[in-house]
Amino acid sequence: MSATNLALRDTSTMIGRSVRRSTREIDTLLLSILLPVMVMALFVYVFGGAITPEGGYVDYVVPGVILLCAGYGAAQTAVAVAGDMAEGIVDRFRTLPILPSSVLVGHVVASLARNTVSTVCVVGVAYAVGFRPTAGSLEWLAAAGVVLLFVLGFSWLSVCVGLVAGSAESASGFTFFVLFLPYVSSAFVPTETMPRALHAFAEHQPVTPVIETLRGLLMGTPNDAAWLAVAWCAGLAVVGAVGAAVLFGRRGRAR
Amino acid sequence: MYGVHRNNVGRAMSPRPEAAIHATDLRMSYGTTRVLEGIDLDVRPGEVFAMLGPNGAGKTTTISILTTLLRPTHGSATIAGFDVAREPRRVREVISLTGQFAAVDSKLTGRENLLLMARLHHLPRRSVRGRADELLERFDLVAAADRLVGTYSGGMRRRLDLAISLVARPQVLFLDEPTTGLDPRSRQTVWDLVREVADDGTTTFLTTQYLEEADRLADRIAVIDEGRVVAEGTASQLKSGLGEAFVELVLADATQTRIPTDGSIEHVGEVLANIRRQGLDVQRWQVREPTLDEVFLALTGHRAAPTTDVIAGARR
Ligand SMILES: Nc1ncnc2c1ncn2[C@@H]1O[C@H](COP(=O)(O)OP(=O)(O)O)[C@@H](O)[C@H]1O
Ligand SMILES: [Mg+2]
Repeated sequence: MSATNLALRDTSTMIGRSVRRSTREIDTLLLSILLPVMVMALFVYVFGGAITPEGGYVDYVVPGVILLCAGYGAAQTAVAVAGDMAEGIVDRFRTLPILPSSVLVGHVVASLARNTVSTVCVVGVAYAVGFRPTAGSLEWLAAAGVVLLFVLGFSWLSVCVGLVAGSAESASGFTFFVLFLPYVSSAFVPTETMPRALHAFAEHQPVTPVIETLRGLLMGTPNDAAWLAVAWCAGLAVVGAVGAAVLFGRRGRAR
Repeated sequence: MYGVHRNNVGRAMSPRPEAAIHATDLRMSYGTTRVLEGIDLDVRPGEVFAMLGPNGAGKTTTISILTTLLRPTHGSATIAGFDVAREPRRVREVISLTGQFAAVDSKLTGRENLLLMARLHHLPRRSVRGRADELLERFDLVAAADRLVGTYSGGMRRRLDLAISLVARPQVLFLDEPTTGLDPRSRQTVWDLVREVADDGTTTFLTTQYLEEADRLADRIAVIDEGRVVAEGTASQLKSGLGEAFVELVLADATQTRIPTDGSIEHVGEVLANIRRQGLDVQRWQVREPTLDEVFLALTGHRAAPTTDVIAGARR
């Protein structure tokens, strides 16, 4: 078998491993679905009436909830990677004649698979509570691409976090950070309503352009941030992947 | 122990078998902390070699260098003729490492762990399942095969860890403290399994803090302390460095005395006659060889076991 074939085989073996592990952690998957659903219910039924008394807030808020779910789900990669590093199995992988980073690719691909499942669930629930997007099939396809790219970017970033975290517990702190990012973006309220410092942060963090793009695609709202969104996500993915390779390749581990 | 190797077609043709493990002047520093201060090793194919040393002596560091996990600050090493720094991939094709802490995937079942490793070792697809079954059988894990490893006991994890290491029939097997933390029964099981693997002709490099373990398993022992090999040889060679044997007396006031002897009936008789003449009040006496513990103490100036009383009391 050629080197490329072997590398592909190793990577698909590792993907199989990570996906299988994900299916063993149904509670994590359920949480990453339930959490956004609860947030959605909270905003639509509890705050929604106050925010826009005439209704229709659900259409505004759903893209944000989708990203909240995707971000949190992607950040779980940090926990999985940190757990691996702590378990010592990675040392065994490193002494195998395989592409060293295949274990990380496995985690990222499993994250994409997990988040596809949870995003579909969240969109389904959104429909049930009255979400009525205007998107045609092309826009839906583009929206799916944006979400996947977002998950890819945040998953690679999470891999880096997982590699430096040292333990699954400290890595899970990062998932909460990511969980809160959408709150300081245009996910739930327009950024203009925020105090100046928060406004500046909200305008320049990756979640805002991604949400605006998603909203533009699903609801037909005006959006000029599409390229910015793609640049952010692709940039995170590339920087994250390179950083992960460097961090993972570093010999001489701390003990 | 020589020449029983299955995986070494090439070696059978060379007039003198090359070393399975060869290391020259390995040094390792973390900043200004010198962890290894020049380790030389030479392990023959098929040999069981033990590196014996207390906690912090540098055993894991040495194993990490030999298994391509760590780059030494100085020195070089080859495994089956392949350089660990320049040809890590070739080295990885012939070795297997069972680390100090069980390196198993606790979210997978025992069988899944074996299948995963068989695939990553690029075993032919057809033989993957058969190999897993074979190892589950041999390591007495059939009943637990389809349970998550997270539910295994320490001894079961260790057995699985060993089984995983053998999936691809390595030429050189590295075991870092294979029985630390195991109860006596599990320890005995692991010893038996290691013995079996070694009898198959697999070169085995193991580290241990237990002198008994080194004595039971290894053909040759290197005693390592503070990053240096302080003695090397068979268990009996190490013991003979302390004198063959001695008559040990415990007197009525509980003081201990040792009188060196060659162990012959004539000499021991003479010693005992002397004691009678001096009229010493002897409570107990025996003729014995030094234990490996005593060897270790003599070589390093401190005891091997990492128990607190020893650490507190034994540095002289
Ligand atoms: N990454 C590291 N940074 C600094 N010191 C280290 C590191 N790894 C190990 N050490 C030190 O090196 C010494 C030898 O460690 P190790 O090889 O693990 O010993 P052993 O396995 O014999 O118990 C110890 O004193 C340990 O504290
Ligand atoms: Mg150690």
